[in-house]
Amino acid sequence: MSMHPPHQNGVQAGSSPQRPEAPSKLKHYLTGAIILLLLWGSSINTEATLGTLIQGAPNMLDLLREMFPPRWSYFDNIVPAMLETIRMALVGTTFGAILAVPVALLCASNLSRSAWIYQPIRFVLNLVRTIPDLLLAAIFVAIFGLGTLPGMLALTVFSFGLIAKLTYESLEAIDRGPLEAMTSVGASSIQRIFFGVVPQIQAHFMSYVLYAFEINVRAAAVLGLVGAGGIGHYYEVTLGFLEYDKTCVIILFTLAVVLLIDYVSTKLREKLL
Amino acid sequence: MTTNTTHTPNNTPSTNWRHKITKPKKNRYRWLIYLLLALVYIWAFAGIPLNGIKETAGQITRAIFTGLFSPDWNYVYLPEGEDLLRGLLETLSISILGTFISTAICVPFAFWAATNMSRTRWFSGSGKMVLSFVRTFPEIVMALLFIKAVGPGSFAGVLALGLHSVGMLGKLFADEIENMDQGPTEALLAAGANRLQIMWFAVLPQVLPGFLSYTLYRFEINLRSATILGMIGAGGIGTPLIFALNSRDWDRVGIILLGIIVMITILDLISGAFRKKLV
Amino acid sequence: MIELRDVSKTYPNGTKGLDRINLHIEQGEFVAVVGLSGAGKSTLLRSMNRLHDISSGDIIIGGKSITQASGKELRMIRRDVGMIFQSFNLVKRSSVLRNVMAGRVGYHSTLRTLLGRFPAADVELAFQALDRVNIVEKAYARADELSGGQQQRVAIARVLAQEAKIILADEPVASLDPLTTKQVMDDLKRINVELGITTIINLHFVDLARQYATRIIGLRAGQVVFDGPVSEATDERFAEIYGRPIDDEELLASRLPSSQELEARAR
Repeated sequence: MSMHPPHQNGVQAGSSPQRPEAPSKLKHYLTGAIILLLLWGSSINTEATLGTLIQGAPNMLDLLREMFPPRWSYFDNIVPAMLETIRMALVGTTFGAILAVPVALLCASNLSRSAWIYQPIRFVLNLVRTIPDLLLAAIFVAIFGLGTLPGMLALTVFSFGLIAKLTYESLEAIDRGPLEAMTSVGASSIQRIFFGVVPQIQAHFMSYVLYAFEINVRAAAVLGLVGAGGIGHYYEVTLGFLEYDKTCVIILFTLAVVLLIDYVSTKLREKLL
Repeated sequence: MTTNTTHTPNNTPSTNWRHKITKPKKNRYRWLIYLLLALVYIWAFAGIPLNGIKETAGQITRAIFTGLFSPDWNYVYLPEGEDLLRGLLETLSISILGTFISTAICVPFAFWAATNMSRTRWFSGSGKMVLSFVRTFPEIVMALLFIKAVGPGSFAGVLALGLHSVGMLGKLFADEIENMDQGPTEALLAAGANRLQIMWFAVLPQVLPGFLSYTLYRFEINLRSATILGMIGAGGIGTPLIFALNSRDWDRVGIILLGIIVMITILDLISGAFRKKLV
Repeated sequence: MIELRDVSKTYPNGTKGLDRINLHIEQGEFVAVVGLSGAGKSTLLRSMNRLHDISSGDIIIGGKSITQASGKELRMIRRDVGMIFQSFNLVKRSSVLRNVMAGRVGYHSTLRTLLGRFPAADVELAFQALDRVNIVEKAYARADELSGGQQQRVAIARVLAQEAKIILADEPVASLDPLTTKQVMDDLKRINVELGITTIINLHFVDLARQYATRIIGLRAGQVVFDGPVSEATDERFAEIYGRPIDDEELLASRLPSSQELEARAR
């Protein structure tokens, strides 16, 4: 047999002179150590132990068992609250979208006059976006008292932040050609926006509004936990009275509504783009 | 227009073009959609409760803003505990641990849901269904249920975040797996590797950077969620915040809001920098 | 060494990929498979490693039937058959060395490979393989930092580290420019001559096949229409294989820039 395995023959003996040094693995070890440290510290800080989880597991199973079968008759009691939830989401999204338009125009660096205008507005917008919806709702409840109004306001502020950011980012990506064309025919700045910007951005804007609506429906379903109206309030009621079969109805109803709205919204967005 | 006139000099252009084109017909059912939308909006806006606003609303708003600008600095650090820094640290811990748990859980789910990892569409489809079910289940409701199971406190928050994030992370991970290059898998198969070895040498190195980037992204979201978990008793800064709101201690509300905003802004910057490095 | 007995492959849509193919390939041969795209070259090569299943017939590799094998037995046969692909199929984010080491996984337990505990002799083998294709200095670079030709040489090193007794190369130079094509073909030829590894290579370019191969197999519509030494593969025979005279497009030389072009580019 003329054939030899390659590592016994055919290759120069010993390592070749230009064979490179293996890169240091210190960085990997260090990263690993830091992550472990973070996890360890976090589990101490949150008192998270496997023991608690195992002890709690039977409770959890009991809870699940008590949720089934769901008490369907409760459905009638929560339909008005669900409608209220959808109304909150709708109103909040609409006002948020209306407010977002001028702010987005001011934030876009290619439409705004100077960095002195758009940088501070962007800064405030970013601050607004750090506050979660439920927190906004809690503050508005403190101001206006219990009810749907604080919920609507919270969703307005929240969707304003979201839509304004997405819109100004796509405003910055528009084609400058039509704008220049409008300037060359002697358009005023309002006319420039109407004929040069709006046609380019409207489909994107509508899809962002629908997206914000999807998120708001989910958010509106839990705002009631801090007293801001909608179906969320009924979680506290039913869980407080340990009526888990009713809680189950709320959860399933919410899931169905959310999925339905997601489906409709996705179809609409597909049509738009 | 000029070309038209030269070709058909007998007709004036203003009458001629009408034969060439008619206005495209709009969708017949368009008006129905508009009508429906209008009805929905009338229903929605009729229900805005404009009466019943407390007279004190303006006063409280002013108090909150004064609170924001004259925060209760003493609350930042209290030697005996229960202060802002500890609250924020707990919130951070909840989101770190929650993100870690969901990452660990969602990897098998992602492989289940990825179409290129299973033989039948039916199999991966069922995985996608499970993930979207988990995603629609609000984390705050999960937290309520976990509080019933393991008692109030940050551990319930960790579990809620850990479970809820599986829905979104699993979907993003599955997308990453589906977008992977199949070549290396084939090369390893041809070299006589078994399934586990293919996974380790061809699949994981390709998807890991994407996984990490999505994990950081989800961490940013979880940090925001963790600030509100305390409002229902699932630990973190939300608990002192809801107490301060209920007892109308606006200076304290101010410092807590400030703390949340600063923490989220800083961690967004750090996480964003890491994500840029990964891509 | 390799024997194909009455091999046929019919795709689910009814098209015949391979049609009653009988071949016998000896140890140390350098075989070029030529034919138009869609003639079944790729199907033939991939069947030999069972990346494709065949419909009927049998393929014997080193005395064992790969069509009957499954599980560990199949993996052991595959371990002895190295595969080189048109698109290199490296893990782009991994280092060159790790890509080459991937060729060794068939030799060790799953646990050992997953932990990365390859024996020192394996690492040495990988380095020698890289050295053989003149790319050892890139061992710790990420694969995506390399040019196409360099990546294909890494893929060859992977097959060398695999200690394959047969190399199957499926259009290995199709995505390379003429200059790197020559380097890669030289590497494959040298390995074939020095180590005596049986090499079967799918080629689109007729002149490359004539230049490097010792034996040429022509495929047309899934059937072998020519099988013989290079000396018999005249232009007329090629015209038969292709069903028409050879086109410029089938010659690598036509892809080389003319001296005028080079001059124009240099300016």
